[in-house]
Amino acid sequence: MKARVTVTLKSGILDPQGKAIEGALKTLGVKGVSNVRQGKVFDIEIKGKDRKAVTAALKAAADKLLANTVIENYDVKLLK
Amino acid sequence: MKAAVLVFPGINRERDMARTLKLVSGRAPAMVWHADTALPPGTDLVVVPGGFSYGDYLRCGAIAARAPIMDAVRAHAAKGGLVLGVCNGFQILCEAGLLPGVLMRNQNLKFICRDVHLRVERSDTPFTRGYNAGQVIRVPVAHGEGNYIADGKTIARLEGEDRVLFRYAAPDGMIDPNWNHNGAINAIAGILNDKGNVLGMMPHPENHVEASMGATDGRGLFAGLVQHLEKAA
Repeated sequence: MKARVTVTLKSGILDPQGKAIEGALKTLGVKGVSNVRQGKVFDIEIKGKDRKAVTAALKAAADKLLANTVIENYDVKLLK
Repeated sequence: MKAAVLVFPGINRERDMARTLKLVSGRAPAMVWHADTALPPGTDLVVVPGGFSYGDYLRCGAIAARAPIMDAVRAHAAKGGLVLGVCNGFQILCEAGLLPGVLMRNQNLKFICRDVHLRVERSDTPFTRGYNAGQVIRVPVAHGEGNYIADGKTIARLEGEDRVLFRYAAPDGMIDPNWNHNGAINAIAGILNDKGNVLGMMPHPENHVEASMGATDGRGLFAGLVQHLEKAA
């Protein structure tokens, strides 16, 4: 099964990288952008047919390693 | 002092740390590989040195924090054993859950490599007994992610329990945003865990211990640890 885990910064956490990217976008003339936040995407292949069990395993992976839940949220999606 | 210095792939300050520990305590530390599962018997200080473990992949310190040796470090800390994390070592201890909070990208997005002034907030801990409270010391920093942050409750607790041991300060000891190089909340440069036996700090005291290094201000931290352990023995 293919899955995608998306990790994003919690709101309220300052994101200097997002700010720098926002500045660069504005320099490039991209109009109307605000609140740029940088995150991470993990595409993962995982064995198993039970969607519930696979989701649980990926959530555990996110809690243990992929995300630092002090500052980050995550979202697990099974792709097929 | 029986010290153990952890060695992870990508760490680069372990020899500076070992040299300082030997210089100040008279005894060379054990170098302990990340894949080991036990600390040498009788270890009384574990040091997690600086560097770029696993190339800072994922998040600084994230992968090292899950290395096999870290279970032994957790057990050592749970028994009250001393743990010191410097720079990447601080990041690793936060990721391992041994210290609260996280080190974010420096506010100015730059890698900062320079001497900084730290105000020592307390002298009644094993790590700071070699200093006076309020003393200002000069030690180097070298990091891109040293901007300490935690949720409001955690910060309030750290401050309420006097667990901030070092703050970035002006040379006269004043806390001033202009001297808070990486933008850390409350100018926090080093914190203690709730039991008082685990210290994490971004600056490198091990790099200012001999006159030939330009300053010896870092020596007090190690001399204090030696004193503390001698007294305890």
